[in-house]
Amino acid sequence: MKIELDGHTYEIEKSMEVSRLLKQFSLSRETHLVIVNDRLVTEDYRLGRDDRVKLIRVVSGG
Amino acid sequence: MKCRVCGQDAHISLRSYNTALCSQDFISFLEKRVFDTIQKYNLIGNNDTPIVAVSGGKDSLSVWHILNKLGYKADGVYVDLGIGEYSQESLAKIKKTAEGLQRKFFVFPIRKIFEKGIDEIAKVMRRVPCSACGMIKRYAINKVCMDNGYNVLITGHNLDDEAAALLGNLLYWKEEYLWKKSPFLDGHEGHLSRKVKPLFLCSEREMAAYALISGIDYIHDECPFSINAKSLTYKNILNNLEETSPGTKLQFIKGYLKTIKGIEEKKRDISYCTTCGYPCYGGTCSMCRLLHRFHIKDRIGFEEWGSNLDITQKMMT
Ligand SMILES: [Zn+2]
Ligand SMILES: [Zn+2]
Repeated sequence: MKIELDGHTYEIEKSMEVSRLLKQFSLSRETHLVIVNDRLVTEDYRLGRDDRVKLIRVVSGG
Repeated sequence: MKCRVCGQDAHISLRSYNTALCSQDFISFLEKRVFDTIQKYNLIGNNDTPIVAVSGGKDSLSVWHILNKLGYKADGVYVDLGIGEYSQESLAKIKKTAEGLQRKFFVFPIRKIFEKGIDEIAKVMRRVPCSACGMIKRYAINKVCMDNGYNVLITGHNLDDEAAALLGNLLYWKEEYLWKKSPFLDGHEGHLSRKVKPLFLCSEREMAAYALISGIDYIHDECPFSINAKSLTYKNILNNLEETSPGTKLQFIKGYLKTIKGIEEKKRDISYCTTCGYPCYGGTCSMCRLLHRFHIKDRIGFEEWGSNLDITQKMMT
């Protein structure tokens, strides 16, 4: 699957749950939303090989 | 996870409410919370004329969207800092939202008025850009309210903004600010508009989800000057707490509200700028002094974008 985060793209082969993916990137579910194929998903969603994943940072400074 | 309301697949889990919802039901859930907040704390009344301070970010554009959806007809006001692409893109997003809402908005173009960017103005004022920007923003936005009869100013501050500011004020015991962070601040008839924050019980995560689901096109970049490292640190600390104890931020802010209820604000005699009438402590306000320094007298004005955005851009004084 393709993973987009802060303008970078990553490729991951293994299928896994969203919560696991966040852990791998050391991201908190409080600070990042996960969009899969243009839809928001919950942490228990199981990512498949062909999924397009976007990790969106929600925290803004200021 | 399944949606608590309809039983279909959930799209967002809200641990502080111990629930999960699908996109549709989340939108209703969040809009209802904003509506209830407005009602419970009397933020906007039926006879009020509200205006939203918009930046192009998710919170201000979303609150603008929600208010109009809830039937509060609110216009917008934007302070254009003139910071290259960042400001242009922000303005474009605001225009797009205004068009969708069929509302007009005012623009205070700093670079056109001062013929300098905010960084250079800050240097003249011997302040950091954020502080100069804050002063000019507060003044300009208030002027739009006063000149055009808007008596309630809405800002997009969310739960995380408020909790981070509160934590900062507590850590350093900044008493001069600590008791003044209420989500509703009274105005002074004819001088200062009332200020309210309808999103103060909505987390940053919820607001980002709301904007994404609602298709609100917002600017993800930060103002290059306003990246406030301290505020980000506080937000991260609070989110770490939230991760292990969901609901912490809500409790922190709700507890604060309960606490300030009993505290009578020390009333300092308020006086007004002798030139423009803006509240200030003695003589001339900082904005009038700044304008004087730049020899600006009558060019301080706003551009007004109609709800039908291809029409006039008029300059007022
Ligand atoms: Zn549902
Ligand atoms: Zn003044």
